[in-house]
Amino acid sequence: MFEKDNWQEIFLTISKNKLRTTLTAISVAWGIFILIVLLGAGHGLHNGAQAQFGNDARNSLNIEGGETTIAYNGIKPGRKIQLTNDDYKLINEKIDFIENKSAVFKGHDTRNLTYKNRHAGFVVRPVYPEHCILENAKLMSGRFINIIDIDEYRKVCSIGLPVKNELFKDEDPIGKFIDAEGVQFKVIGVFNDLGNGDNTRIYIPISTAQRAFNGKNKIGLIWLSLKSEGAEKSEMLVNEIRELMAQRHNFSPDDQNAIRVENWGEEYGRIMSMLAGINIFIWIIGIFTLIAGIVGVSNIMMIIVKERTKEIGIRKAIGATPSSIVMQIIMEAVFITAVAGYVGLVLGVGILELVNKIGINSEFFRNPDVNFPVAISATVLIIISGAVAGLIPSIRAARVEPVIALRDA
Amino acid sequence: MLRLEKLYKSYQLGNSKFEVLKGIDLNIKPGEFVSIMGSSGSGKSTLLNILGILDNYDEGWYYLNGQLIDKKLTQTKAAQLRSRFLGFVFQSFNLLAFKNAVENVALPLYYQKVSRKERNKIAEEYLDKVGLLDWKNHLPSELSGGQKQRIAIARSLISQPKVIFADEPTGALDSNTSADIMKIFREVNNQGITVVVVTHEDDISRMTDRVIKLKDGIILNEDSPAIEIIAPNPELPTPN
Repeated sequence: MFEKDNWQEIFLTISKNKLRTTLTAISVAWGIFILIVLLGAGHGLHNGAQAQFGNDARNSLNIEGGETTIAYNGIKPGRKIQLTNDDYKLINEKIDFIENKSAVFKGHDTRNLTYKNRHAGFVVRPVYPEHCILENAKLMSGRFINIIDIDEYRKVCSIGLPVKNELFKDEDPIGKFIDAEGVQFKVIGVFNDLGNGDNTRIYIPISTAQRAFNGKNKIGLIWLSLKSEGAEKSEMLVNEIRELMAQRHNFSPDDQNAIRVENWGEEYGRIMSMLAGINIFIWIIGIFTLIAGIVGVSNIMMIIVKERTKEIGIRKAIGATPSSIVMQIIMEAVFITAVAGYVGLVLGVGILELVNKIGINSEFFRNPDVNFPVAISATVLIIISGAVAGLIPSIRAARVEPVIALRDA
Repeated sequence: MLRLEKLYKSYQLGNSKFEVLKGIDLNIKPGEFVSIMGSSGSGKSTLLNILGILDNYDEGWYYLNGQLIDKKLTQTKAAQLRSRFLGFVFQSFNLLAFKNAVENVALPLYYQKVSRKERNKIAEEYLDKVGLLDWKNHLPSELSGGQKQRIAIARSLISQPKVIFADEPTGALDSNTSADIMKIFREVNNQGITVVVVTHEDDISRMTDRVIKLKDGIILNEDSPAIEIIAPNPELPTPN
């Protein structure tokens, strides 16, 4: 099949029609190039969306206090709803399907941290022990906050790797004390969290923070992850939480602003399904662009078959079967398409690499690239395209009657 | 070897039907050296094309080596039969311009799945038989008409066919070269291969053992000229 004779004839055909073949090949290369660039861009959007969610638990709910907008039981709207430790306990007791839970008090406070003569500003986040599971933070050394730390109001902290590198350099931080604006915290662990901005933090027990930073029993945010069976009922659970809080804080269950409940699982699913839709759209655009190229190759193969009618007749007269003629024409089409397609593939990947190198990233777009399965799919698509392009001309060639072809002499 | 019974063939020309062959009965035995003669439009090339399974027929029966050749034979089956039994030599040589002499001769074996090395070796043997081994690497454009026709003959022989069909094989050649070509056909015939030559030249037909004359699609009479039959020559002709 891949004998010298076949290649000899393919190269001869191409050399006879250099300009025509080159122009056609460009259209195929362009089709693949567009497909790859679009797929890379789609992947960039996907990466951007992923980064927005970080690597945190996906089937999770965030509950924050808000402000009432509906008058209820004689109370005017505009009342602030402050979540407390009791709300956290109540939700844990009453709501089913909770897998991991945490609460945050003043989660965005950046404090000046000092160790010896080194100073740095990092977020100090007061949380519960399961927070590290929700954040998907990996412990590098020591331990995370535990329930005894909470119960005993211990002044301990678990620090992110960048915090450790900044304050302790090569020194082992475990057992050392960090000064957080006058409050000493003993380092009990170092973690690494690849989520967006999740690593430049230190975690301290929420109970300690409430006492040390005048928080009383206030909570800024309750974060829950749901068991897989609960993920499907997340909407129902959101309503249950809303009703529970409405009852406790005396606001209308219909008041959407009294507390804000963000359903990350649903949000994530919505964005991912939108991205999947974009991806399908990209494939459709890419394939239609490619079809223009395929039609070009098919067209040139038709001309080649017409020009070689006599030669095909001679071959048939001396024993070529229709299938051998079909194979030869298809191989030519596949060859032109494969070479052109590969050029398009390399150029497309090259452009994406360039974009990556330059670092054209934004909030919703980062690291556009083409992964291996997509590259393989594109290669298979190129070969199939070549075969499709050659199919009609090859059938026409196979139908050439030797007697008519020879009469044309 | 070749038997036709009441064979008809017509072509559609616009709205009218043009009958080319009108009930041909013909029997060519194995090892015969036959010429088919006739003026232009007599149907001789059509007859040769049908005998060579390059064209199909409308009515009648055609037996090749005892096997009935169906009127509606598939192209694949026709190709297989041609490859197995038949060899062709054409007036315009019909060599592939981009292949050199040895590659042109070897081409039928390519379709019989013979390896490149093996078929080129066999092709060289056949080139040697027609006296053109020294020209094996030359393209057709670098060869004379006589040399091209010898290559075409070598190509027709390489599959070891039972019948060689030659359509005006000397039509594009001068008289001396034509005689050389006919000598080669005689050599081929002496090896037991049936040779059928279509010609409109008396000189050429006289070099065959049997002349079939066609006029308006009908066989007129059959001569056995036995005139100037060229004796088998063990020495192969030299190139022009």
